[in-house]
Amino acid sequence: MLTELEKQIVKRLQDGLPLVREPFAVLAAELGTSEEELLATVKDLGRRGVMRRLGAALQHLKVGYTANAMVAWKVPPERTREVGGIFSSFPEVTHCYERETAPDWPYNIYTVIHRPRREECMAIIERMRQAAGIDDYQVLFSTAELKRTSMRYFCD
Amino acid sequence: MLLDERDRKLLDLVQKSIPLTRRPYLAIARELGMGEDEVLSRLKRLKEAGIIRRLGGIFDSRKVGYCGTLCAARVPPERIADVARVVNAYPGVTHNYLREHTYNMWFTILAPSPERLKEIVAEIKAKTGIEDIREFPAVNIFKVYVTFAMDGMNRAHGTRETDR
Repeated sequence: MLTELEKQIVKRLQDGLPLVREPFAVLAAELGTSEEELLATVKDLGRRGVMRRLGAALQHLKVGYTANAMVAWKVPPERTREVGGIFSSFPEVTHCYERETAPDWPYNIYTVIHRPRREECMAIIERMRQAAGIDDYQVLFSTAELKRTSMRYFCD
Repeated sequence: MLLDERDRKLLDLVQKSIPLTRRPYLAIARELGMGEDEVLSRLKRLKEAGIIRRLGGIFDSRKVGYCGTLCAARVPPERIADVARVVNAYPGVTHNYLREHTYNMWFTILAPSPERLKEIVAEIKAKTGIEDIREFPAVNIFKVYVTFAMDGMNRAHGTRETDR
């Protein structure tokens, strides 16, 4: 579980890193701690995997990545880890999840691909199919993006 | 806005990671052979133009203590706008897409507990009258790494260089 300071840091860092020369000094002053302690805590959040990284999230539609395919794959239960690993190794795959199934929906592995063009998505899906040897899948292209945002934790 | 080569290099680098040091923008500047102030002014411009949606911490929702699910709803075409309004009003709904399928609206929900997740889905059903909403909770997360390679993209709204 996270300490109170860690929660405060998550809250503040999800809003953004200030665009000034010494951004951590600014955050530390806001949170009433020292720059050293703040940096050490942020590094620790990274080490524990709570924070994947500090980085930029792009508005993908504005940079030309307009095709978005979610593919739901039916993978034998004993192969989920292996196949999850194969799919994850494709740099074009942004998300790879295992999810619960339903009696009429046997698809358990989900991958998402964002590319500039739909045909590129299809070509990548074909390479994924061959690499994993999984032939039962559903390709769900998006036709409209209704919402896409970053989660804001500890605000509800 | 048009992106030049320096913008694209900067975007490729800052999507991967921003160093955890006192002067992170200086470290980035040195790696790219730019000045610190140039890095700062380019990032400000890219943010104002909406190319950078957010520049900050990217967290693992589970390790922060949240749980998530993917929902698929069957929504009649004429109800899409008003159902989307109800669904999108939840801060925990981070993605919502229309997709080519009989289940046409696919959205993700994050919540601080599994109970709250169930509650949100129940509320959405009650408020919209849409009963046919499937839930596919995550069992394992193999990969989340959302970056968009800018090298090779020649214009903001453009084609890839290989298309030319």
